[in-house]
Amino acid sequence: MFEFIYNILENILNLFVSEFKFQNYILTFIAGALSAFIVINAVLGGVLAAIWGERRLLGKFQQRSGPNRWGPMGTLTSVADAVKVMFKEDIVPEEADKYIFNIAPLLLVVPVFIIFSVIPFGVGLYAVDINVSALFILAITSISGLSIICAAWASANRIAIFSALRSVAMLISYEIPVGLSLVGILLISESMSVMDIVIFQKVPFILLQPVAAFVFFLGSLAEINRTPFDLTEAESELAAGYQNDYSGMKWGLFYLGEFAATIAASSVFSTLFLGGPNGPFLPGIFWLTIKVVAVWFVIIWIRATWPRFRIDQVLNLAWKGLFELTLVNIVVTSISVIIWTDSDPNRLLYIALFNWIFTVPFVFIIIRLLKTKDYVEIKEPSLIYPVGSEIPKFEKVGK
Amino acid sequence: MKTWNGNLLSEEISNHIENSVVNSNEKDVYIEVEKIYLVMKFLKETSGFSFDLLSSVTAVDYFDHFEIVYQLKSLITLTKATIKVKLGFGRKNEPEIDSVYSIWKGADFQEREIYDLMGIKFNNHPNMKRILLWDGFPGHPLRKDFVTNSQSMVPDLKEK
Amino acid sequence: MSVKSEPITINLGPQHPSTHGVFRMRVTFDGETIIDLEPIFGYLHRGSEKLAEERTYTQIVTLTDRMDYVSSMLNNQGYILALEKLAHIDPKPRGVWLRMIASELQRIASHLVAIGFLIQDLGAWGTPLTYAMREREKILQMFEMLCGARITNSYLRPGGVFMDAPIQFWDALSEFTEHFPSKIEELEKLLSSNEIIFSRTKGIAVLTAEQAINASITGPILRSTGVNWDLRKSDPYDYYDQVDFNIPTHTAGDNYARYILRVQEMKESLSIVKQCVEKIEPGPVRPHHDETPNLVKPPVGDCYSAIEGSKGELGFYLVSDGSISPYRWHVRSSSLINLTLLKDMLVGTLFGDLFVTFGSIDINMGEVDR
Repeated sequence: MFEFIYNILENILNLFVSEFKFQNYILTFIAGALSAFIVINAVLGGVLAAIWGERRLLGKFQQRSGPNRWGPMGTLTSVADAVKVMFKEDIVPEEADKYIFNIAPLLLVVPVFIIFSVIPFGVGLYAVDINVSALFILAITSISGLSIICAAWASANRIAIFSALRSVAMLISYEIPVGLSLVGILLISESMSVMDIVIFQKVPFILLQPVAAFVFFLGSLAEINRTPFDLTEAESELAAGYQNDYSGMKWGLFYLGEFAATIAASSVFSTLFLGGPNGPFLPGIFWLTIKVVAVWFVIIWIRATWPRFRIDQVLNLAWKGLFELTLVNIVVTSISVIIWTDSDPNRLLYIALFNWIFTVPFVFIIIRLLKTKDYVEIKEPSLIYPVGSEIPKFEKVGK
Repeated sequence: MKTWNGNLLSEEISNHIENSVVNSNEKDVYIEVEKIYLVMKFLKETSGFSFDLLSSVTAVDYFDHFEIVYQLKSLITLTKATIKVKLGFGRKNEPEIDSVYSIWKGADFQEREIYDLMGIKFNNHPNMKRILLWDGFPGHPLRKDFVTNSQSMVPDLKEK
Repeated sequence: MSVKSEPITINLGPQHPSTHGVFRMRVTFDGETIIDLEPIFGYLHRGSEKLAEERTYTQIVTLTDRMDYVSSMLNNQGYILALEKLAHIDPKPRGVWLRMIASELQRIASHLVAIGFLIQDLGAWGTPLTYAMREREKILQMFEMLCGARITNSYLRPGGVFMDAPIQFWDALSEFTEHFPSKIEELEKLLSSNEIIFSRTKGIAVLTAEQAINASITGPILRSTGVNWDLRKSDPYDYYDQVDFNIPTHTAGDNYARYILRVQEMKESLSIVKQCVEKIEPGPVRPHHDETPNLVKPPVGDCYSAIEGSKGELGFYLVSDGSISPYRWHVRSSSLINLTLLKDMLVGTLFGDLFVTFGSIDINMGEVDR
């Protein structure tokens, strides 16, 4: 999209004026701003729909109707939310560090939008094409940890620091399995660019790398602080944690950032593992929308039904469970890529079978190892405490 | 569950610990204030009595003295009993009594509540502070001489 | 190289989404491990015991409703039994069967609240809670048919109950007893097959039987440590010796045992309700005012009687001086005494276990503070 707009602007400009000195820089700036504008608006539209959709879907799971007051079936609820949040009073605590306090919401929201610049919405519909875009996505997602720490520290609130430290520990631990799970894909498609991965996926990668898809999905749930890993904002314990002291539009940005991150995680998953805009009959953008909505539905479904983990269980899962699975996956994939090279016509089939047979059993082994130990219940309660085992003195004496 | 006859129980107690029983009737046993700790320890640890569950500790304010009422239950022998202590005669000074916290831990909050609302101090209690009212509350509300401004809901009828 | 660290004290204040009422805790942490805990309560103290000295015996029934506001019928039953013992009133049989039905339904409602809020505190954003509340709603509608109020029902009177049940009540009750077993199955399956719930509740905050009895803890907590003690069987009151039921007991003593025990107790309560419906016979539900005057005047004396409330042993101590209002009225509240071991259960566990353990003790602030 960026190249397209740049060329159009250059042609229009050349109709009026001849080439001048800083034309390149000016045109780059304008074209960049326009394509960023389009991407951000598209994402914001998606977020508005997602807010309404999530609340209504949670209501359906809980056998109640979700928001149904503003607009037909409550579709204008997001607009009402946005208006309400904009008009609230902006409170800054007295002991807070003002500059960092104000910057923290921005640090959360901006990286999420940057991710959308490399995702292809259709054939030819992408903002930019970087040749290391898979690595770029991984790098950008880790900035959100910084924003949580800034928000908590600047609030000068002990409970906020608790939740922020939990969240950062979780983020750092889960980046490693998420990153390593992409290595299998990179070995098969031999390129780090997201465009090349999408073009390669005649067969979606979820069939070729099941364990990597599973690890990536769980890891991205942890990175966006969603159930079952939502202990930072465990409402029942810490009452919103690091967002405690924010009000008004700054809190609105946190809220927006969380929903946008969910859509971003589903988009990245469907691009890398489900094939993105590939599919028969319909144009690419419809297929991508269907896949993103499907993954997003699964994320909401998990939120409505599962309880949450405790922090030491979360870290155990990352370091003792998912990390080993990714290592196993890398070994198995590299062996299969060497054995069946490009010249083989049924290469993908053999790689898929090899992967399924050798990595999926490890999932069950890890489940066995990490399960909670069942205790042995003693069936005879009278061995525990002798209720009614003695005769009172007045009966013994016989009175 | 059978209830101990008060007279029988007082006989047994006075056989083991001297000068502890003041008097008794069919339902309860009255114990001397100084001997209460020894009597309770005896009742818990001797087999044939084994009162291992302290059901409740309460205090009542009769105008010239206080009374503390212990309801004891025994899971091992399936019996129950009531022990009472009279203290604070004449309301001259603040009444004091030994705490049974070290025998039954369940007396913890109940004794603090008696201190808070009735003003009876328990010796050897690890945390003798007010529990339901705030520190610095003037007086002890459940005493009969703590008069509030509330209006009684008892109808002013001539009893038939 | 050792890193210097300091313990941090935070105040989980009276206003908190998970403390089941106004309850305050001052907790000291070393990292995420709890090393000290101090409970502070008294925010809901209304002086019920002093207020009772200025009300007639029948007016005190309304005071008992508001103590443990989730189980009003059980509070009423405990007080009325103490009054009947003191004043030597003979209750009418139909009234006794009706109040047993009401008490067991109230026990089911109270346990539904406890279990629903456990899963809410664990983090499933409200879905199992709404299922539990949907069932409790049916019970509250039945109470409205009985006495006109859903939560603070002053339904019991000395000698029986206030009013007979209308015909719609029996229809609603038979429908409820038909459909409820499948809902209990749902809840039990949810609690016994979810790995996350296992890992969050098994093996945490273990109590032994000796500790529990020494701390005067009764109710589901005592039964989860292996002691088979229920006042409905050991010291029967009303007509509990004429109905047939089991007492579920577990021996593990941890959070999980306390929760699964409550689900099983609901099944037993439902079977008691069914048996009462079969055995009830027509007749008056309240003694005529020539037999027992409305202004009850018990003889001089005192008495203590206890029932098995939904949270433990609920006892009432009455001292009467022969007039129409009591001289002294004391409540042995189960929630207050069940809190004795809160600190011992929680020292050494992690922050994530704090509210789960606190919810498993299932206290109600109205009863703690009176």
